[in-house]
Amino acid sequence: MDFPLWPEAASSVAADVDHLYIYLTLVSAVMTLLIFATIAVFAIKYRRRSPDEVPAPIHGSLKLEITWSIIPFLVMLTFFWWGAKIFFLNATPPPDSMDIYAVGKQWMWKIQYPGGQREINELHVPVGRPVKVTVASEDVIHSFFIPAFRVKHDVVPGRYDVLWFTATKPGRYHLFCAEYCGTEHSGMVGWVTVMPPADYENWLAGGGTGGTMAQQGERLFEQLGCSTCHQLDKQGRCPILRGVYGSQVKLADGKTVTADDAYIRESILNPNAKVVAGYRSDVMPTFQGQVTEEQILQLIAYVKSLAITSTAEAPAGAQPAAAASTQPNGGKQ
Amino acid sequence: MSTALEQPRAQETPNYLNAEYGWKSWLFTTDHKRIAVLYLISISVMFMLGGIFAMLIRLELLTPQGDLVNSDTYNKIFTMHGVVMIFFFLIPSIPATLGNFLLPIMIGAKDLAFPRINLLSWYIYIVGGLFALGAVVMGGVDTGWTFYTPFSTTYSNTFVITAASGAFVAGFSSILTGLNFIVTVHKMRAPGMTWGRLPLFVWANYATGLIQVLGTPVVAITLALVGLERAFHIGIFDPAIGGDPILFQHMFWFYSHPAVYIMILPGMGVISELVTCFSRKGVFGYPFIAGSSLGIAIIGFLVWGHHMFVTGMSTYAGLYFSLLTMLVAVPSAIKVFNWTATMFRGSISYETPMLYAFGFIGLFTIGGLTGLFLGTLGTDVHLTDTYFVVAHFHYVMVGGMVVAYMGGLHFWWPKITGKMYPDGWGKFSALLVFAGFNLTFFPQFITGYLGQPRRYHAYAPEFQVLNVMSTAGASVLALGFAIPVIYLLWSLKSGPPAGNNPWGAKGLEWEIQSPPTTFNFDQTPIVTEEAYAYAKHQEEHVG
Repeated sequence: MDFPLWPEAASSVAADVDHLYIYLTLVSAVMTLLIFATIAVFAIKYRRRSPDEVPAPIHGSLKLEITWSIIPFLVMLTFFWWGAKIFFLNATPPPDSMDIYAVGKQWMWKIQYPGGQREINELHVPVGRPVKVTVASEDVIHSFFIPAFRVKHDVVPGRYDVLWFTATKPGRYHLFCAEYCGTEHSGMVGWVTVMPPADYENWLAGGGTGGTMAQQGERLFEQLGCSTCHQLDKQGRCPILRGVYGSQVKLADGKTVTADDAYIRESILNPNAKVVAGYRSDVMPTFQGQVTEEQILQLIAYVKSLAITSTAEAPAGAQPAAAASTQPNGGKQ
Repeated sequence: MSTALEQPRAQETPNYLNAEYGWKSWLFTTDHKRIAVLYLISISVMFMLGGIFAMLIRLELLTPQGDLVNSDTYNKIFTMHGVVMIFFFLIPSIPATLGNFLLPIMIGAKDLAFPRINLLSWYIYIVGGLFALGAVVMGGVDTGWTFYTPFSTTYSNTFVITAASGAFVAGFSSILTGLNFIVTVHKMRAPGMTWGRLPLFVWANYATGLIQVLGTPVVAITLALVGLERAFHIGIFDPAIGGDPILFQHMFWFYSHPAVYIMILPGMGVISELVTCFSRKGVFGYPFIAGSSLGIAIIGFLVWGHHMFVTGMSTYAGLYFSLLTMLVAVPSAIKVFNWTATMFRGSISYETPMLYAFGFIGLFTIGGLTGLFLGTLGTDVHLTDTYFVVAHFHYVMVGGMVVAYMGGLHFWWPKITGKMYPDGWGKFSALLVFAGFNLTFFPQFITGYLGQPRRYHAYAPEFQVLNVMSTAGASVLALGFAIPVIYLLWSLKSGPPAGNNPWGAKGLEWEIQSPPTTFNFDQTPIVTEEAYAYAKHQEEHVG
C-alpha cells in the first residue's frame, strides 16, 4: 500500500525545518544506539556466570560525570541555537507581504482577501510571494496549521496574531485546526491552493465580491451609524478617523498608543478602555456581539484606507457584483 | 487482592495482612502497607478504566472516517482517558503504592510520619475518583484533560465542573502524600540512615514530594477559577467578559509540566533499585543520581512555557523557555548514563523486573530525546499539537513511568504479598509490553511529522496505514498488561512462598520478613553502611 512517510515541503521555510528535524533525528538516533549498544554489550559481557559472584563496587568518576553532562548539553545548545534562529527569522513577516485574513469559528475557517473575496475552508495563495495571514477567533482557541508549509499559529479569541509564509510549489495542501476546539474539531479542515501568479490574478478577478474589504467596511461604517459621530471632514462628537491608522494617539489618561489593528478592534468592542484625550468616555456604545470578527476586520480595513488618501479609492479586483463565495455552507472538505 | 484478606491461616507467621480481619480493619487502617494495598487496588481499577478508553480511541482511529462513535463521544473518550490516566493513575501510581509501602521500611521506620493523614489522602483520592466517575456516568466531559479556556469555561456543554472537581480534590490527596513523605524522610530515618545512605528510590520520592507540595496548589487554584468562571461568569479567562485565555495556560502548565516529573521521578527511583539489584553492584555516581532528582524538581518549575510556543508569546520568552528545556534534560541524561555505568563489570541477571528496567532505559531515552524536538523552537512550531507530541509523552509516561511501575511491582510483589509469581510469564508479558508499546507509538512520530493533529476524530486517509499499526500495537500492549493481572492474582492463592529476599537484594526492606509485620521491624535497625553495599553482603544489620 502506498502511503507517505515524509510531508510535502511547499514553503520557503519547510526545507530549513526539515534540515533541523533531520539533524535532531540523526543525533537522537546516534545517542539511542550508543546507549542501546552499551547496555546490550554490558548485559551480555557481564551476565551472571555463577550464582554467588559478587563484583567489585565502582563508586563513580567525577570526570565521567562532568563529561556526560557537558557534552550532551553542548549538543543540545546546537539544537537550541538552530531552532531559535529559524523561529526568529519566521517571527516577523517581510514588509512586502500580501495580506490575508483568517477567522476561526466553530468549526470552519473564514478567509478574506483585501480585494473583498471571501471563502470558507479554502485558501488561495500565489507561488513565490510572502503572504501574511492575520488570524482571529470568533469563539474558542483554534490553531492555524498548514503542515506542508511547516507553519502553525494559535488563533486566540480577543486578539490578532500574525503568521506568514512564502509558498514555493503549486498544489493543494491541508489546512488543519490544530488546537482542540470542540465537537467538530477534526472537521475544521480545509485546503490551501497554491497557484502560479498569473493564475492567481485570474482567480482573484473571477471571485465576485461586494467591493474591497475597505469598501465593505465603509458600508458597515454607515449601516452601524458610526459615521454620525465619526465624521470624516468636520469635528463630530467623536474623533475624526482620517489619518488615524498607524499614528500615535494621545489618551485621556495621558498615555499614548499606536492606532494599530488591535487598538481599533478594542475601541470598537470596548470603547471606554482607551479614550482619546479631549473626548468623553461614555459617548460610544460597545459593538460587542453586534459585529463579527470578519466585519471588524473590514472596519479596520476601512479605517486603514482613510489613512492613505483623502477619498476611498478602489484597488484592482473590486467588482461590486453578487457575493458568490460568502455562503456559510460552502466548501467543507 | 481481595483473597488476601479472607484467608485466616493459623500456621502463617503474623504479618500486616493477617494481623486483623474484616473490612473495617482495612478501611480504618493506618498501616502504611495496608494503605498502599488500598491504593494499589484503586489505581488498578482506574488503570483498567483508562485502558478501556484508550482501546476505544484506537478502535475509532482504525479507519479515517469517524464511524465507530460520534464526534462528541470520541471527544469525551479521549478526555476521560487523559483525566483518568493522569490524575488518577500516573500521579498517584508509584508514590502512593510502592512509595507508601516501601519508603518507611527503606529508612527503617515503623510508619510514615502522619499515618492518619496517609489514610485521609486515600479517602480524598476516592472522593476525587468518584467525582471523575460521576462525570463519566452523568454524560462525560469533552474539554481534553487540559481544560483549555474559554472552551471549558464558556463553550463546552458537558460536565466540566464535575470532572475538574475530581482533579481538584485528587490534588489534595497528592499534596498530603508528598507532605507525608517529606516529613518522614526528614524526621523518621533510623540511626545511621544518613542522607547519603538513603536508597535512591527514597531520594526520588522525596524530590517528587517537593513538587507535589509546591506545584499542586497552583492547579487547584486554576481549576477553581475555571469553575468560578463557568458557574458565575466572572471574567478571568474568557476574553468576551474581560479575561485572558492564555493566562489559563500559564497557570495550568506551571503545575502540569512539573507534574510530568511527579509522574516520572518515582519511576526513575525504581529503576535505580532494579539496576543495582540485578547487576548486584553498588550504584555508579550515587550523588549525581540523587542530586539530579532534585535538579529535575527545581528546573522543572521553570520550563512550563515550552507548551506555549505557538500561542503568540514573546519570542524572547520562547528563547528562555527553550534554553531552560535543554537544561532540564541534562539531569535525566545523567541518570541514564549512570544506570548504564552501573552495569559495567556487574553481575547481570535477567529476571522480569530487570527486563522492565532495560525497557525503561530504552523507551525513556527515546521519550526524552524526542522531547528535545519539542523544546527546540524551530521544530516545535510544526510538531506541537500533532501526534508527535502524543508519541513523545507516551514514550515518557507509558514507556517510562508505567514500565517502571510494572518493574517495581514485579520486584517488590514478593515482599508485598509474600508470594512468587511465575517468572516465565512475567518475562513473556514484559516483552509483549515492549513490542506492543513500540508498535503503538513509534508510528505516531511519523504521523506527527506528516501533520496529523492530535484529538482528531476523523483524519486524512493518507495517515491510515500508520494508524492501523498503532491500533494493532495497542492490542498487543493490552495483552501485555492483562497477563500480569492474571498471574499476579493467581500467585496470591497459589504462588510459592517468596522468602525474605528472593533477589538477593540489598536494602532494609529485604532484611525483614515477607510480608512484613505491622510495625515492619522488631527493633529499630541501625544502619552502618551505604546503600547497595553488595560487595559487603556478609555483613549484616540488626533486623
